[in-house]
Amino acid sequence: MSPYNYLYVAGLLFTIGAVGVVVRRNAIVVFMCIELMLNAANLTLVTFSRINGTLDGQVVAFFTMVVAACEVVVGLAIIVTIYRSRRSASIDDASLLKR
Amino acid sequence: MTTSTSLVYLIALPLAGAVILLLAGRRADKWGHLLATALSASSFGVGLYQLSQMLSRPTEERAVTQKLFTWISVGSFNIDAGILLDQLSICFVLLITGVGTLIHIYSISYMSHDENRRRFFAYLNLFIASMLLLVLGDSYLNLYVGWEGVGLASYLLIGFWNQKPAYATASKKAFVMNRIGDMGLSFAIMIAFATLGSVSFSGVEEASHTASQATLTAIGIMLLIAAAGKSAQFPLQAWLGDAMAGPTPVSALIHAATMVTAGVYLIVRSHFIFDAAPTAQLLVVLVGAVTLTFGALVGTAKDDIKKALAASTMSQIGYMILAAGLGPAGYAFAIMHLLTHGFFKAGMFLGAGSVMHGMNDQVNMRRYGALRKFMPITFATFGLGYLAIIGVPPFAGFYSKDAIIETAFNAGGIKGILLGSTALLGAAITAFYMTRVMVLTFTSPERWEKDQHPHESPWLMWLPMAILAIGSVSTGFLFTRGDSLVHWLSPVFGEHEAHEEHFLPVIVVSGLALTAVVIGVSIALVKYQFSDVDAEAPQNVSIFTRIARKDLLQDSFNESVFMRPGQALTRLLVKTDDKVIDGTVRLVGTTAIGTGSALRKTQTGFARSYAVLILIGAVALIAGIWVVTQ
Repeated sequence: MSPYNYLYVAGLLFTIGAVGVVVRRNAIVVFMCIELMLNAANLTLVTFSRINGTLDGQVVAFFTMVVAACEVVVGLAIIVTIYRSRRSASIDDASLLKR
Repeated sequence: MTTSTSLVYLIALPLAGAVILLLAGRRADKWGHLLATALSASSFGVGLYQLSQMLSRPTEERAVTQKLFTWISVGSFNIDAGILLDQLSICFVLLITGVGTLIHIYSISYMSHDENRRRFFAYLNLFIASMLLLVLGDSYLNLYVGWEGVGLASYLLIGFWNQKPAYATASKKAFVMNRIGDMGLSFAIMIAFATLGSVSFSGVEEASHTASQATLTAIGIMLLIAAAGKSAQFPLQAWLGDAMAGPTPVSALIHAATMVTAGVYLIVRSHFIFDAAPTAQLLVVLVGAVTLTFGALVGTAKDDIKKALAASTMSQIGYMILAAGLGPAGYAFAIMHLLTHGFFKAGMFLGAGSVMHGMNDQVNMRRYGALRKFMPITFATFGLGYLAIIGVPPFAGFYSKDAIIETAFNAGGIKGILLGSTALLGAAITAFYMTRVMVLTFTSPERWEKDQHPHESPWLMWLPMAILAIGSVSTGFLFTRGDSLVHWLSPVFGEHEAHEEHFLPVIVVSGLALTAVVIGVSIALVKYQFSDVDAEAPQNVSIFTRIARKDLLQDSFNESVFMRPGQALTRLLVKTDDKVIDGTVRLVGTTAIGTGSALRKTQTGFARSYAVLILIGAVALIAGIWVVTQ
């Protein structure tokens, strides 16, 4: 199987993630879409690593995973805190920085 | 040239006094005046010591110098801060420290009720130090430092009672008008440096032999402006009358005996420039002649005793400037009149202070009268000064003023006749207004206000007056005996061949001068002694009297020609600054603020719209890269 197919899958995943971030209001869903985009990026890194026959891309993918894990912890904590204080997980409600 | 190391003490002693008194503050209130007087007196002592040293040397080695330090050293341009004490400077040193010390002594009593007496003495010492620096500097630049110093001291002392707004304004007026003169001096120094390459007296004198006529004339005119500013000469004379706002000892020391004669010193010191620039010299003569008439006319109309004396000072300095403008024949006589005037005018100002002291600070002569009985010592000392200034033989003014009138007549041709007649006319008017002052104050019937208890001043005040009166009597005789002053000063100005042909015989000139004096005195006696004088100044007087009372419209002229256009110009500049320059700056600010608030609208606060923008941006970036690399 041509490794380029992985790239098409990654492009598809990224697009789904991007559209999800833009159109969904629920913070949890938006968060999951961001994870989707991160993993799409990871997939491309690994694919190119395979195509080029080097390990660089795979190493970076590991870094991305670690960072993503940290980000989930912090991000979820923020979302839970906002939900507790405002009884809503809609990101459009959290637009206080406007003023 | 002989050098000495003790010259610096002349300046350092009074300067130390000023510094100590100003820094010590209230702690020095008890002894400050004594310290200041002692330091001024010790400076006089150093002056006397220097004179005795000078007398013990042969004529050509009498001038001494002392290099203090290298002031400016840039490439080939070197200026040393140096002191030059020659036959001319020593005259001034002794006048300044001698009269200065007497006035210190007088002020101890005169200012005893003033809570700021210490500050007053600090300023007096500062003045003495600056004035000594002025006459002792060996270059125009050193002179300039002293020149500014006396200007500052004069400003501080005129405005000493600055809680009265009118007095504060008077000090500012004096300062501003002096600045115009100072500008002349700085231009003269700049021209001298640019064209002659030196600013020291000896360097400029040497270079002046080969310099062009135009250069020397330019320097001469600038020096004349400087002299006119400091010496209250036409057209910069308007500040002197208002300067009488200062305490009377200040008027005696600064605005009669010493500072206002600095202009005469400057011209006489720069004799090598004026001798080689006849145009500038002619202007000096004209300024002197105009001012001596101007001051005399103003003096006839003043009812304020100090302002009458100030007008007289202006007129007498006009005589000195006139003499200084007559070239080598007149320099020594200018200095002689300066010295005798220093004695009799300082004495008369102190006398006026004594009268004010006894009359609750009343200055209006129409409110005096009959004070002879109550203040015999003041009357006697003032009277001797009076006889000296109008030129009655054998008092000092007779010798010095006669010499000037005579030299003016000998100037040659129509110029000589005009100048001589002006000087004679001035002498007649001087006799008139001084007799008027004398009669209104001392001998006419009393016209006092209520609650006046005139009394003689304490001995601390009359002693200096008495010493100055002795000077008014004797100095003229001493200076002219065997032409002693002329010979004493001749090494400074160089020997000049005496005019053998006199326009008029000496005896005729003296006779004419005495006739002029007698006419002036008689008119004044008829008008004021033998007829009643109003206690209020009469208002229905001729237009001439009114103009003279307003100082011959000097202030109106200055205000309409310089002040109002100046104010209009300032307002225009302020407006330009506000509209054009500040406008530009404000425009930059408003543009930035406007752009910012327009851009702020894109910040909605919705995280999703930011995400869209980021997405669009990333896609655009990738598309751009793709297009470029394709």
